[in-house]
Amino acid sequence: VNVLALLHEESGAAAGLLAGLVHPVSGLDHVLAMLAVGVWGAQLGAPYMWALPVAFPLVMAFGGAVGVLGVHVMGVEIGIALSALVLGLLVLGQVRPRPAVAVAVVGLFALFHGHAHGTELPEGASGTLYSVGFVVATGTLHALGIVLGLANRFARGQIVLRVVGALVALGGCLFLWRALA
Amino acid sequence: VKRVLLALGFAALAAAPAQAHLVSAGFGPFYDGIAHHLRTPGDVLAGLAIALLAGLRGKAHARSALFALSGAWLAGGGVGTSWPACGELAFPGAAATFLCAGLAAADAALARPWVAVLSAGTGALHGYANGASMESSALSLVGAVLASSTLLALVSALVVSRRAAWQTIAARVAASWVAASALLGLAWQLRGS
Repeated sequence: VNVLALLHEESGAAAGLLAGLVHPVSGLDHVLAMLAVGVWGAQLGAPYMWALPVAFPLVMAFGGAVGVLGVHVMGVEIGIALSALVLGLLVLGQVRPRPAVAVAVVGLFALFHGHAHGTELPEGASGTLYSVGFVVATGTLHALGIVLGLANRFARGQIVLRVVGALVALGGCLFLWRALA
Repeated sequence: VKRVLLALGFAALAAAPAQAHLVSAGFGPFYDGIAHHLRTPGDVLAGLAIALLAGLRGKAHARSALFALSGAWLAGGGVGTSWPACGELAFPGAAATFLCAGLAAADAALARPWVAVLSAGTGALHGYANGASMESSALSLVGAVLASSTLLALVSALVVSRRAAWQTIAARVAASWVAASALLGLAWQLRGS
């Protein structure tokens, strides 16, 4: 194998993985929404706490696949902004729908997040490792949200989580305004 | 076990060298095979998917999966090395990974023969792709098979030994990550083709 070709392949793999890991944490809209998914699941307890983090990556991957294949989806930025707004409000209100409804809500927003990730592969990077990177980073944000959401066991923690939900919703409002501007 | 090991060894020795690229690790063909496996995300994801699927079902399933995957991977590799032009099987290989990881995420209560069949199918597809793409000697293929077997044994043992409920959930979440990555891998292959 040509050394230059090998170097290119190595750097493409590393760049792909790194870009995938960084992409979900490089935008505050993604970060807030992912943390809110974890917090909401932890607030509501089983089966929500595991159903949401299991369902989200799968639906997100579907959205990502649609993006990778170049299918245009309207209003992706609006959908992402709405995800922060709605999930923030759900955390604020400690809303407890049926598990299937909760999965559907989170899955709908996962499509938008996945599409955004799927369309933004850096040139020369490995697509598969980029995908692995953003799936792992997204899941890690969920896990952080769940850990944060465990504060729900304490009375003061519940108040703190409601404040967190309000802040996420406020962030969602700002992102929505920016997306619509 | 002896018969299986003998069969694996015979199949590896019977595999003829192919003419394609294999990145050199600098330590010889056996280590090249190991490096090839570890540097191929699709192969690692396949091993993880089977390990999670079998590990979640228990010790007996994991043992069956270990032998089925290893044997089929080696046999598939032998076929791929000998007849590399049979067709591109990377897509069905990724589809098999997605199926297995999806079943693990859903905690599907599969019987042991089904887990063995899925393991063998996934192993054969990935082994064929290995054999067809490696500039390999039999040792390269053995290295790749041993790398996949070791990964499967370690991860499935970790999953089988779980005690707390949250560990089962963690395994299912990990399976959903693998399924998601495999689905995206399918999309990248579709885009590439």
